[in-house]
Amino acid sequence: MTQWSGYFGLILQGALVTIELTLMGSVLALIMAFLAGLGRLSRFFVLRALATAYIEFFRGTSIFVQLFWAYFVLPFIGISLTPLQAGVLALGLNVGAYAAEVVRGAIQSIGREQYEACTALNLGRWHGMRHVILPQALLVMLPTFGNNAIELLKATAVVSLISLADLTFQAQVVRSQTGNTMVPFATILVIYFALALIISWGVRSLERRMARGLDGVRI
Amino acid sequence: MDWDWSFVREILPTLIQGVRITILATLLGSVLAAILGLAIALARRSPNKGLSRTIGFLAEFIRGTPLLVQLYFIFYVLPDIGILLPPLVAGVIGLGLHYGTYTAEVYRAGIDNVPSGQWEAAKACNLNARQTWTHVILPQAIPPMIPALANYFIAMFKETPLLSAITVLELMNQAKSVANSYYRYVEPMTLVGAFFLVISLSSVVLLRWLERRYGKIER
Repeated sequence: MTQWSGYFGLILQGALVTIELTLMGSVLALIMAFLAGLGRLSRFFVLRALATAYIEFFRGTSIFVQLFWAYFVLPFIGISLTPLQAGVLALGLNVGAYAAEVVRGAIQSIGREQYEACTALNLGRWHGMRHVILPQALLVMLPTFGNNAIELLKATAVVSLISLADLTFQAQVVRSQTGNTMVPFATILVIYFALALIISWGVRSLERRMARGLDGVRI
Repeated sequence: MDWDWSFVREILPTLIQGVRITILATLLGSVLAAILGLAIALARRSPNKGLSRTIGFLAEFIRGTPLLVQLYFIFYVLPDIGILLPPLVAGVIGLGLHYGTYTAEVYRAGIDNVPSGQWEAAKACNLNARQTWTHVILPQAIPPMIPALANYFIAMFKETPLLSAITVLELMNQAKSVANSYYRYVEPMTLVGAFFLVISLSSVVLLRWLERRYGKIER
């Protein structure tokens, strides 16, 4: 009948693009999350205001609109991005805004006595954060970061609409070439689900590994 | 970049038509998600292991895969087995199904939060299962979850631009068609972003009010 193996190769190529986008978007999101999350806890009003504006803006407008804005509007003000760059930028900034609130919440959830202990040991703000607060807060953030990464994976499907050849885009190609809709879409649904399972499994094993040194510490 | 106010005035009526569909889709999707979520939460508590496991896995699967692909699936695959849906109906079903799996978790937490003494009291009063649910458990479980439910409905509202991919003429699609016919992307895309930002920022006020009104759990 039809050459399914060739079409399956096409879908695998799409899966690679989706994985690439998820990884690069996650890295950008992680950086933005810590910048904005710590910014919201800063002593300086300007940093707090900047971080709050970033978070509210990117959480308030939808990812789809941000992506189209990055891809279609930025060229008019002289910044041309390839679809991949626009995708990574929109995904990373969007999910980073959600994750920034996770960073802030986790740091604030660390008990006052830990901050007092930092003062008692004469640690500065930076050293206290680096050696006492963050190692404990990271463990609190991790499960929610895992959920955010899965949200990011799901959001990558949107980039197919700016002609980036990810899983969803390739499924559309296969659909238009074979006229079969059921097989390509069911296949990519299963692949997305498998990727989401891998992320949640990875985060859980990372959590176990990080919790190892913290026996007896109250989280 | 040049911002042209007369162009904005010219396209505004078209965009407002899109806003109507966006709001309609959100409302219908919310109603469907609220009902489906309750059904999923109840099915997962069912003593029938086969039913609760199957529903549990399906909900997990839907939550782990992108809404966009699910919309394609509903819109393109279902006609193959004889179910032809208009775009808006397919979109509402997709939104309701996807967010129903999220609201199911809210319902689950809300139901788990009802103290076990209430179940025992219902049993002591000789109420049957249906009476226990409708007169004792749900009236206590639902008010505290209203803020969390509203949060998901706002998230759903921000996902409605995805419906443009299955040819629903909502705000994003109107903006795209305006942009394509005049080849001006700056105004329509920015207006769409501003619209979503305004609605999300004002929804924060509504959420705070809901939290004050319903969020407290009396013990």
